[in-house]
Amino acid sequence: MKKSYRIEVDCANCANLMEKAARDTAGVKDASVNYMALKMFVEFQEGAEPEKVMKDVLKACRKVEPDCEILF
Amino acid sequence: MNRKQKKSLIRIIIAAVLLILLKTAPMPGRLSIILYLAAYLVIGYDILRKAFRGILNRQVFDENFLMAVATLGAIALAVYERSSDLSEAVAVMLFYQTGELFESYAVGKSRRNISALMDIRPDYANIEKDGKLERVDPYEVAVGTVIVVQPGEKVPIDGVVLEGTSSLNTSALTGESLPRDVASGDEVISGCINMTGVLKIRTSKEFGESTVSRILELVESSGARKSRAESFISRFARIYTPAVCCGALALAVVPPLIRLIMGLGGDWSIWVYRALTFLVISCPCALVISIPLSFFAGIGGASHEGILIKGSNYLETLSHVKTVVFDKTGTLTRGVFEVSGIHHNRLENEKLLEYAALAECASSHPISLSLRRACGKELDRERVRNIKELPGKGVVAEVDGVSVAAGNEKLMAGLGIETIPCRSVGTVIHIALDGSYAGHILISDIEKPHSKEAIAALKRAGVSRTVMLTGDADRVARHTAETLGIDEVYSELLPGDKVDKVEQLLSKLSGKARLAFVGDGINDAPVLSRADIGIAMGAMGSDAAIEAADIVLMDDDPLKIAKAIKISRKCIRIVHENIVFALAVKFACLLLGAFGIADMWAAIFADVGVMVLAVLNAIRALSAGRL
Repeated sequence: MKKSYRIEVDCANCANLMEKAARDTAGVKDASVNYMALKMFVEFQEGAEPEKVMKDVLKACRKVEPDCEILF
Repeated sequence: MNRKQKKSLIRIIIAAVLLILLKTAPMPGRLSIILYLAAYLVIGYDILRKAFRGILNRQVFDENFLMAVATLGAIALAVYERSSDLSEAVAVMLFYQTGELFESYAVGKSRRNISALMDIRPDYANIEKDGKLERVDPYEVAVGTVIVVQPGEKVPIDGVVLEGTSSLNTSALTGESLPRDVASGDEVISGCINMTGVLKIRTSKEFGESTVSRILELVESSGARKSRAESFISRFARIYTPAVCCGALALAVVPPLIRLIMGLGGDWSIWVYRALTFLVISCPCALVISIPLSFFAGIGGASHEGILIKGSNYLETLSHVKTVVFDKTGTLTRGVFEVSGIHHNRLENEKLLEYAALAECASSHPISLSLRRACGKELDRERVRNIKELPGKGVVAEVDGVSVAAGNEKLMAGLGIETIPCRSVGTVIHIALDGSYAGHILISDIEKPHSKEAIAALKRAGVSRTVMLTGDADRVARHTAETLGIDEVYSELLPGDKVDKVEQLLSKLSGKARLAFVGDGINDAPVLSRADIGIAMGAMGSDAAIEAADIVLMDDDPLKIAKAIKISRKCIRIVHENIVFALAVKFACLLLGAFGIADMWAAIFADVGVMVLAVLNAIRALSAGRL
């Protein structure tokens, strides 16, 4: 399953870091961040619950960029 | 400017004023240090905080950390040398923050520009209830509902006009500036702006399935597929920063140790200073921001021209296209048969056409339809009698008492009438009146007005090979290719053969050259996905084509293909310029810094300067209008 989320982040490198953090989160098959459109695209692993996984993704992203926000 | 940016601007101004004051009016040692520190904290407190948090989260090598170490190091050095001038540390923070502010402003601005270009999202739909119009959320409108679109409003949902006539401005969708006239019975697509009259439309799709939603979804998700340049930069940034930090550490320690071993003075402060300069240069901001910004601007500019590109990787591949393969019918030609000539006739053209149309009036064959369309007049069937259709040959009938035979050579041969063969290519209908030859009408699938120009434009844009694939007869195909200036033709192909041909052509490509296939989306989805780049044209409404294609042209003008290639080339050129420029300046600064020629001021100037120039250059990709 693929979903897209609006994000808030204000530097391009931080967006790259968020992308990596999201990709490394359990339950995420692949993730990519479009800094220019302020969107995060997440492909979930089968059977994963998006709501739950996204909480972990946000936590992981906050670690690399404390100011970031993911709206879900 | 948003609140965050304003706050940052105020901090920059305060720090700048303090810095200038302290530089021009020297103060006694201790006071000067305190004021410098105050300015430093005003401008850099958030960076220090972020750097600290980064260390706690084990994210050491980010730019906040680098800036914090470089500036704190500079302060420590100044204090160690008993100098009261801390201007360098303040200046580094000041310029760094100015750069960040500029970046965030420029990115925000182009983000808004691009969303303004794609401002086609309708906010509401009007539904008539008890004689009054009610505004509802387009998501809540069911299929088959009648909606009312007033002049000046956007058509929110795809549908069919029930009542009213109007002109629609489709420029936001197709880039086409001429308005389209619609009347009852016509299909309308969402996203057009209604210009003149009130329209009542019966919706044929849900909002989520409508053209406008599909376009927006396509544009917004275009960032999910990243280009090689973008992944190169993010990988590069991951290596570059730690590498420069290690370099800085080595620079601070190794040369002084060597000097000590050689019996010279260690000169620790000089080398530590040079190492700190290294850290200032180590931020990869210019690259990290300008590359995605270039692609975003390129895709945004293209979508304004009615060219939807599904990802920056496709923009990159498109710039390498050397071979363009076309489907013929519907792509280079209109796919509608039209009368293209009347030859050797004894009567006036209109008269002959009228006879032919009347004779064929009972037939539903595409050729009969095109004859009737060309005739243009209301046909009175009472004038026609004794219609005899001869399958595979033509029609014989009596019109106004004259016996008319209209059909191919076989028909004429059967009637014993000698025909004059046509030199032109197409379907020929010979006409005989009362048993004597009266001329023939040529019917062909006519080329689109811009097809020839489009092929020439592709050649100018550096495409070395153009190929046409068609299921049509060889003679017709060759003729079309010759008139349009296409290099190669493969005719009489079945849909499956097209894939094989494209595979053959793909295997002949060398090096970086890529192949694009252009089709109208009908029956060619497999070919669209097999080619390096699949371009679907006039595809609004054809779901399969939108799925299979990498680039979607919203109208069916083949000139847009050359334009898309030019846009991609421009964008890639900008990307390369930025990569080369930013790296060259960075490495030059690193080198000069290592030898002590460039100080921290030069380093921060170079860092921020490169970023500003790269961002300005990236924004150039947005203007695609004059390409």
